[in-house]
Amino acid sequence: MSRLLITNARLVDPVAGTETAGALLVEHGRIAARGPNLGRDESIDAERLDAGGLVLAPGLVDLRVQLGEPGAEHKESFASGALAAVAGGVTSFACLPGTQPPIDDPSMVEFVARRARRVRLAKVYPYAAITKGLKGQELAEFGLLREAGAVGFTDGHLAVANARIMRRALSYGRLVDAFLVQHPEEPDLARGGVANPGPIAARLGLASIPREAEVIMIERDLRLARATGGRVHFSRITTAEAVEAIRRAKAEGVRVTCDCTPHHLALNELEVEGYRTFAKVSPPLRAEDDRRAIEAAVVDGTIDAIASDHRPQDQDSKRLPFASAEFGVVGLETLLPVALRLVADGRMSLPDLFARLSTTPARLLGIEAGTLAVGAPADLILLDPDRPWKVAERDLHSASKNTAFEGRLMMGRVETTLVDGRVVFRRGEPIPTRLD
Amino acid sequence: MDNRYSLRFRGPHLLGIEGLVPYEIQDLLDRADACVDVNRGLADRRDRLAGRTLLNLFFENSTRTRTSFELAGKRLGADVVNMEVATSSVKKGETLIDTAMTLNAMHPDVLVVRHGESGAVALLARHVRCSVVNAGDGLHEHPTQALLDALTIRRRKGRIEGLTVAICGDVLHSRVARSNMLLLLAMGARVRLVAPPTLLPGGIEAYGAEVTTDMMRGLEGADIVMMLRLQLERMQSAHLPSIREYFRLYGLTREKLANAAPDALVLHPGPMNRGVEIDGVVADDIDRSAILDQVEMGVAVRMAVLEALAGPEAGR
Repeated sequence: MSRLLITNARLVDPVAGTETAGALLVEHGRIAARGPNLGRDESIDAERLDAGGLVLAPGLVDLRVQLGEPGAEHKESFASGALAAVAGGVTSFACLPGTQPPIDDPSMVEFVARRARRVRLAKVYPYAAITKGLKGQELAEFGLLREAGAVGFTDGHLAVANARIMRRALSYGRLVDAFLVQHPEEPDLARGGVANPGPIAARLGLASIPREAEVIMIERDLRLARATGGRVHFSRITTAEAVEAIRRAKAEGVRVTCDCTPHHLALNELEVEGYRTFAKVSPPLRAEDDRRAIEAAVVDGTIDAIASDHRPQDQDSKRLPFASAEFGVVGLETLLPVALRLVADGRMSLPDLFARLSTTPARLLGIEAGTLAVGAPADLILLDPDRPWKVAERDLHSASKNTAFEGRLMMGRVETTLVDGRVVFRRGEPIPTRLD
Repeated sequence: MDNRYSLRFRGPHLLGIEGLVPYEIQDLLDRADACVDVNRGLADRRDRLAGRTLLNLFFENSTRTRTSFELAGKRLGADVVNMEVATSSVKKGETLIDTAMTLNAMHPDVLVVRHGESGAVALLARHVRCSVVNAGDGLHEHPTQALLDALTIRRRKGRIEGLTVAICGDVLHSRVARSNMLLLLAMGARVRLVAPPTLLPGGIEAYGAEVTTDMMRGLEGADIVMMLRLQLERMQSAHLPSIREYFRLYGLTREKLANAAPDALVLHPGPMNRGVEIDGVVADDIDRSAILDQVEMGVAVRMAVLEALAGPEAGR
């Protein structure tokens, strides 16, 4: 059956900014019709799925996921990563080029696309490197990489430190209207640092990454973007000053966008007490004032998107003294519930939140997603926004369990995920797709 | 031991001064005071830890601290084993947790650990089945040093409460400074941290110490002047321009010391860099310098800690 009618749903449309009761018809993997009375139309010949009053929204589009394949499959493979994605309601994501070898060559882009297609769960889109080998020295082949299917360019967890290289990347990138993602951190200022400067790092004896490391890189690149007409995206901003700099640049017409992570949205530097390496992230968790500034910037739209910054690490990489432990947390399965707190607190409407989680990231990547419009791919989720649950690492589908939210109560859970109209995840049921 | 105090150090580890309450510090200092005579050969306590095993595990070289713990253990009758970490499997990639598992199989009673990374000793303590004493972890804490400094001060000055203590030098990279600051503040002293701006950890003032970059102001009226060792590699990392400039601005000389209280006592955790952070003349002045007292008190404090953790009255 290639027709599916989802009835009795609360349709959340981030494009129109509306939340309406109704039904939605899927045909050949795409949205064929929707409306308040569609569900009562007995003449429609389709398999029916009663949503039971749950929210029906576009699947999430995650701008920032690190997979371990190739090179570190034990941390996360395409299969385990895509499964974690659909369990978290993420139907499309872009994966970072920081693999071994890195994705800096058209053949690697094609490899990722091919491997990802075989998994047939979430849609995986590769970023390619800005510089060859992520070394920060020579530009990667933007034209050929774009042709091979790269949705954007980034050196991942590394900043493009050299101002001349970044200027050339922004300038040359205009050829393909490149989506250039910068890790906003001045490496010389950040070198050796692992925590936010302040009383906690001072007492724990942890070297710090100054807050200025972020805004200095951002202000430099904003000037370069203005000068070249290039397009720059700052990933994972964490400080009030960064928000301010980007807000100003946007008002002046610079082509700039940015995202933040759920952990910087919900947690602060107190998490590193007791040397909890599962709270060791890059950039570090900041002070409460900064956390609030990030939250406010998501609400007012200065921050365009929320990205999981999913960075799986195995036990051996985390059960180490704090400074030696790897950076990063898994985030695909907690992205939505953490973000939903903004709705529960009355700070944002559901459609606005889905704009940050789905519509805008899809637009930035230039992919067909993030909308309930007729004709769009039926990448959908059924969400129970009032469903409480507790994060437990054993329940996570990711191959790595390094969550910063272990044991926390969450509100809101994805019950069903569809990709191209096909149910790829239904909570509590065995995974319908063969994983290789 | 006498039982005047019902409130005692609780153990089961000594990982830092943070987490200790004043009566626990008081208890350890009282016990250490009683150990001073033992250390001088005036009493025999070799029965206290007879049959117990003390394992010294030093991931960073330190002859002085390791020897101090070794003496303390032996004076209480413990079997002391020094594990040479620099030449062991740890250097071949074994993780700290693997090391902990290996040590568990050896059944020590007390583990004395020094490690180059902040938090490493606490991590190890979570995975071993014996008491752990932190003998210095990265830039974090060095609790027995703070206790021995406190004992030195208490014996020379009769009290800690109300004294003004200036801790001077490379505060940023000093676990000695952190432990001392926490202990002295907990015991009611007034603490000043004196350092060049590049060697002060941001936010440290939140714990109640005064912070200054002016050595003369920091020393003003101080009862205790605690000098910190300067690592000579601080020049390469641009924390400081030169040793001679550092000595000029922060080195403790007779002239600078004149700004402190007339009977001010000078402490240094050793080993000293003469002519860098301290003038040899000041270091050798027996009226002012308590540096050799500190070494002696070190053994007494470590005896007290070991006995509290593994002695007959330890809660096990």
